[in-house]
Amino acid sequence: MNASWVAARPGVRRGWIELKHTFTTPSDLVTLLIFTGILLGVMLWTRTTTVPGTHFSLGTAMLASMLGMTVGFNGLATLGSILTVEREDGTLLRAKATPNGMTGYLIGKVVTVSGTILISVVATLITGALLFSGLAVGSASTWLTLIPVVLLGLLATLPIGAVLGSLFPSARSAGLLTLAMGGLAAISGIFYPITHLPHWLQWIGQMFPLYWLGLGTRSALLPANLASVEIGHSWRHLATFGVLSAWAVAGLLAAPILLRWMARRESGSSVAARREKVLRQVAG
Amino acid sequence: MSVLNWSGVLSPSAAWHVPEEPAENLVLDVRDLRMRYGRTDVLSGVSFGARRGEVLALLGPNGAGKTTTIEILEGFRMRSSGQVSVLGTDPARGGEAWRARIGVVLQSWRDHGKWRVRELLAHLGSYYAPYSGSGGHGGVVSSQGGSGVMGPPGRGGSRAPGVPRPWDVDELIATVGLTEQAGQRIRRLSGGQRRRLDVAIGIVGRPELLFLDEPTAGFDPEARREFHDLVHRLADREEATILLTTHDLDEAEKLADRILILAAGRIIADGSADELSRLMSTQAEVRWSRDGQRFVHSADEPTRFVRELFRQYGESVEDLEVRRASLEDTYMALVRQAESGGSGSGLGGGDAIRKFTVVAG
Repeated sequence: MNASWVAARPGVRRGWIELKHTFTTPSDLVTLLIFTGILLGVMLWTRTTTVPGTHFSLGTAMLASMLGMTVGFNGLATLGSILTVEREDGTLLRAKATPNGMTGYLIGKVVTVSGTILISVVATLITGALLFSGLAVGSASTWLTLIPVVLLGLLATLPIGAVLGSLFPSARSAGLLTLAMGGLAAISGIFYPITHLPHWLQWIGQMFPLYWLGLGTRSALLPANLASVEIGHSWRHLATFGVLSAWAVAGLLAAPILLRWMARRESGSSVAARREKVLRQVAG
Repeated sequence: MSVLNWSGVLSPSAAWHVPEEPAENLVLDVRDLRMRYGRTDVLSGVSFGARRGEVLALLGPNGAGKTTTIEILEGFRMRSSGQVSVLGTDPARGGEAWRARIGVVLQSWRDHGKWRVRELLAHLGSYYAPYSGSGGHGGVVSSQGGSGVMGPPGRGGSRAPGVPRPWDVDELIATVGLTEQAGQRIRRLSGGQRRRLDVAIGIVGRPELLFLDEPTAGFDPEARREFHDLVHRLADREEATILLTTHDLDEAEKLADRILILAAGRIIADGSADELSRLMSTQAEVRWSRDGQRFVHSADEPTRFVRELFRQYGESVEDLEVRRASLEDTYMALVRQAESGGSGSGLGGGDAIRKFTVVAG
């Protein structure tokens, strides 16, 4: 029997248990809701504004973008920061002390984070469909685009998130990750058409999966003529598939190597040393 | 009782082992273990062994290399050189089946705060289920028990009675006294309860070898007593081999069959608490009172001295006390000697690693 196979069942169970914890811990739930709530508020505010050059509501367009962003943001930042936090509190070391524990732990994390993302996406979609008009939630082609985009998005971002989590030395420094993601969102055409940005920023935005995820979910939920405000006046499905796949391949190749490297460094004294450092920073 | 004699100085390369015990029966077999960070030698030739069911206490001042030693044995840290065998396997190459036979309790954990006690124990226990019946006590990858019995992953081989893994969750919770807290979130546990949970997690897979790093730090006396009972039970009933570190010499004396003192990167003493006390001082302190006056005398041969005392003063000798050096006295003297470069005289010279031979009699 293969070690990862033995760990698959406890790993999935672990993910499921932690998913339940997230949705039964008030503070976790509030964090989730505040994030979504603020964005929904902004969208409602901009509901009457139109996407430049069209008669379409900017709020509705933003909501479609936001589904993609939810996948990208959480896939990259949430998984990454969980890894740094749980390295500090000893969860990873505990996994290392358990047979097949590390594999089980990672499977569990992927299940928890993907589960949280999927639930957020569905919740946002339902709220959006009720509050906003113009989303094409009724057609089959919407779902045939949306589901592959979300799944490919998970595949493109979760491994990279794990890579980032293993590289950042502390939970504090991982806070920068969330900040950087906010900046990236601003140049990824999530809140406003990317074509209104300077060319060089457009190029930077297009290098990262966030832009393509937003483009993908917009293409699924918005009317075809809205493609006119995108780069090349097209939804660029082939390019979306290509870029997201490239990120997925890169992540899946790098993640096992870096995670193994990270796991190897875990020991009781390394956990203790990190904790002392954190305490010193808090005190100083 | 037993007669103790120690035989001179052992060179670091000479391995520790109990003469009648073949090396492969040792659960722990460490020979000339060295660890070097940059130019600093943290461990400079550590050698010791442990038999099945033995409880070993590793003592030593902070920075002596206790944690480094334990982490190497746990397979969490690579060594610079030396031979190490843990349950018959080199921990640097120990696989998951090997991992399943080992329990680890570290100094402090804060993990899994949102989980409930029972939930976490049941979950972590489930990782051990595929290894139920594997291994077998004694640390030998045994050829006994025939072949083709079940097929747990990896090596280890199955042995007829085997070790059922994991521990039954409710039984385990009761064993560590957390039945009332079974449904509680872990972050709401008190310090002592949290520590008992750590121990429970460490033994959930019914380890054949358990590492305990300062297990009772922060315990109140009652919790400490209960913990000591638990360790005795594990060693006696489960035949687990236990290696623990502690700063509490009283605890080491109560729990350990053998005490190892690690100072300045090497083992400076290895023996039972009793043996160590005898080693340090052949002198004992004799106190008595006579006609309301108190007397103290250091005697090389306290028994003869007391006999003489009674012969001279008979009935008038009162409040007699004969006190050998405590483990603490021994410990302090040994460590001081090792740290000052091992030039002490009380032991007959040299920074000796001593070999004890206990001859039953």
